[in-house]
Amino acid sequence: MKESGKRFGWNQRQRARLLLVFSVLFLVTVAAAGYFCRDASMVTDFSRKNLAPCFAYPFGTDWMGRNMFYRTLTGLSMSILIGVSAAAVSAVMALILGIAAAALGKRADSVISFLIDMVMGIPHILLLILISYACGKGLKGVIVGVALTHWTSLARLIRGEVLQLKESEYIQIAERLGHSKLQVAAKHMLPHLFPQFVVGLVLMFPHAILHESSVTFLGMGLSSEQPAIGVILSESMRYLIMGEWWLALLPGIMLVLTVVLFDLGGTSLRRLLDPNSVHE
Amino acid sequence: MLLEGKNLTFAYDRKKGNILTNVSLRIDSREPAAIVGPSGFGKTTLCKILSGYLRPQAGEVLLDGKPLPKKGCCPVQMVWQNPERAVNPRLRMRATLADGQQIEDRIIRELGIEEDWMNRYPQELSGGELQRFCIARALGRDTKFLIADEISTMLDMITQSQIWNFLLKETKERGIGLIVISHSEALLSRVAGRRLTF
Repeated sequence: MKESGKRFGWNQRQRARLLLVFSVLFLVTVAAAGYFCRDASMVTDFSRKNLAPCFAYPFGTDWMGRNMFYRTLTGLSMSILIGVSAAAVSAVMALILGIAAAALGKRADSVISFLIDMVMGIPHILLLILISYACGKGLKGVIVGVALTHWTSLARLIRGEVLQLKESEYIQIAERLGHSKLQVAAKHMLPHLFPQFVVGLVLMFPHAILHESSVTFLGMGLSSEQPAIGVILSESMRYLIMGEWWLALLPGIMLVLTVVLFDLGGTSLRRLLDPNSVHE
Repeated sequence: MLLEGKNLTFAYDRKKGNILTNVSLRIDSREPAAIVGPSGFGKTTLCKILSGYLRPQAGEVLLDGKPLPKKGCCPVQMVWQNPERAVNPRLRMRATLADGQQIEDRIIRELGIEEDWMNRYPQELSGGELQRFCIARALGRDTKFLIADEISTMLDMITQSQIWNFLLKETKERGIGLIVISHSEALLSRVAGRRLTF
């Protein structure tokens, strides 16, 4: 680990910090840019349809003459919005339920564990379609659907972690030194749970995007005039055999880049939070 | 001060039998006491009961005739055998030490804790250095009894003698009762006035 760091004359922590800043900047820029190009991405102009990528249209145009660069940015920003909000709601749910299961005694634990098993027992996509449909499809339906289906595995992880922490010597000692359960939880447990929480959040993000696009593809999610990445990709399939490669490839690469950067940002954050790596 | 255990009975798993049956003991804070016995006979369990970590199935622990307080800082503090497990690996030592009740600077200085160690994480300190923090943490304002459960087993001779000299002086000055568990004959003959044998 140290050897590779020396090549750049930087240590691991500095590189992690740089990566984190870079990925956060990229995601914020894309999200903001997408928001401002929203109107431009809806403009159709048949005088410029099916153009390959060129200087004026870096991602080319589609069969309705829409600027694919703007469409991709808007789609990505929508995906980031859905991903972040669904994953955040889901992760906070997992944190609260996980801690409640471990801290509120046996009965609460069995109720929450039953809930976890029940949600886990139903295939994600089925539950997602049901919830999304019940909430009236659209953006709200997708966010609620993803949030309500993805909290289970993280909740189970956090429950286990809290159960284990409760038995650890330093927490028993802190309690015997006169600190209340809440103080102990905030001071001693949160530093252990936070990295789990962040990693869980990051791992949920690609799930959220992929589920958004698959639900959209099945017609239960976002409506097809929306410039969402899922819609762009599924529409471009029909034009791929006609040689219009740019419709799928460039938005696809951007989607992968976003997911990877989110992952890198999360990994860097975890590394910065982990005291074992302070002096790497 | 008088620490009493009356008819203490404890079992981790009732089907497998009691580990302690009707154990009674009286320890005066003026005379350091040692608890001696082979491994696995329940010495640590007894210490955990005396310092309130475990509730006995029968019997009671009394400090000057009153049961140990359930809330707040326990006047009977225990220093554990493995300092690595007794500190939170994700907190800097300053935060860990702050768990204790108003630890005086004098204690920190006399235990040889350096200012530089305060900003480190536990993995960056040795066992002996960590044990000093654990001892300092247990010597808060309200501590009346200190139970030392094999606290110096894995330390070198010089560190051992430093720590024990400090502990003997400190407990004597403040009138804190000291209960020692150790397998080391040399240590017990130096430290403990009285022996309770299992």
